[in-house]
Amino acid sequence: MHGNFEHPFIKFIRTMIAQKSLKIIVIYALAFLPLLAFSQEEASVEEVAKEFNATDMIMHHIGDSHGWHFFGEGENSFTLPLPVILYTDNGLVTFMSSEFHHDTEGQNIVEKDGMRFVNYHEDIYQLETGAETVKFDEEKHPVNAITPWDFSITKNVAAMFLTVILMLIFFVSLANYHKKNTKAPSGFNNALEALILFVRDEIAIPQIGEKKYMKFMPYLLTIFFFIWITNLLGLLPGAANVTGNIAVTVSLGLFTLAIILINGNKAYWKHIFWMPGIPTWVKPILAIVEGAGVIIKPIALMIRLFANITAGHIIILSLIGLIFILENAGVAGISVPFALFITILELLVAFLQAFIFTILSALFIGMAVEEHEHH
Amino acid sequence: MELLYVGLSALGAGLAVLGAGVGVGKIGGSAMDAIARQPEASGKIQTAMIIAAALVEGVALFGVVASLLGVLR
Repeated sequence: MHGNFEHPFIKFIRTMIAQKSLKIIVIYALAFLPLLAFSQEEASVEEVAKEFNATDMIMHHIGDSHGWHFFGEGENSFTLPLPVILYTDNGLVTFMSSEFHHDTEGQNIVEKDGMRFVNYHEDIYQLETGAETVKFDEEKHPVNAITPWDFSITKNVAAMFLTVILMLIFFVSLANYHKKNTKAPSGFNNALEALILFVRDEIAIPQIGEKKYMKFMPYLLTIFFFIWITNLLGLLPGAANVTGNIAVTVSLGLFTLAIILINGNKAYWKHIFWMPGIPTWVKPILAIVEGAGVIIKPIALMIRLFANITAGHIIILSLIGLIFILENAGVAGISVPFALFITILELLVAFLQAFIFTILSALFIGMAVEEHEHH
Repeated sequence: MELLYVGLSALGAGLAVLGAGVGVGKIGGSAMDAIARQPEASGKIQTAMIIAAALVEGVALFGVVASLLGVLR
């Protein structure tokens, strides 16, 4: 060996020790060692208790429910009861979801106004007389129960109300500030103002144009902040998966569609149904394609938001579920940091999806209101 | 039979991801090129890149949602 030669690996280790990162890695690895030994003893006990079903766990977490469940199992769980509002043949029926006593298997019957209701996998059925549990035929239609109209304040609706309240607090206070003062606000209001300017300067003006953007700013700001805040709240433990619910994103997509249909000018419709500047025989074919495009644009918006948020939640839950599938607490050493990494990535996705939904809405609105002077 | 459905759905999701990967990769690469050529236009290029990437991703997500429906039938 040469005198001063240092093997690259040794050098690497030296720098690592200097940076203390190796130390942290070793401590971390040692911390999880006892868990590896410990977990194998527990595995046999777990097997007897209950078989873990990852799909059920994930679907339960990303789905909507009639109570806001935070933690715990069965009767000992900590659940916020939410009102159940049903429209039946005999009128409106309301009761709290706690009357089901955490039952989602259709066992616990709630009697109201001579009607009996059960909660089967978060769907509420009205049992016919004599029926004790809800039964299904092969196509999963209930045979001895009917489905009432369900207008309940579910977990998702409650979470949406929370977002609405937060938005009202933020923006009403900002608006009140500007009624009284003329100088720039400080602190949190200033941060909000920077975001509002971002929506105006990066989204509205480039996509819709200087002349007409002001009319659409309220809508663009509302969807931007609504999606962003619900996405962020959805990342909290125990929170609802609002923007990962297809019904919510359908509504958001329909708002954009409605605004396009109402504000679309003559030139826009002409370019869809009788495109100028092409041979006449192509025009009907293009009309079909462009006509479908009007509907497909909001559908794409809706699927994009829904799938992105749901996929993010499924990835995090799968990583955590891996610990229970492999029945080994040592796996937590890998899957928890990885889940943390994905969660931090989701913070970025939460903003990006709000941005993309808003910028594409603005783009489609811009296409609908654009002036074609040179035709 | 059940396993066949799940397997085909997973394969479909994989193919959708493959397509999106190629698409987003090409968009990102071209945007990098463009920014390297014209650093002063990076803001505009980024916005256009994100929109194009979102459109590609949207198509891929159609595939993923379709395969999810296949698994959870």
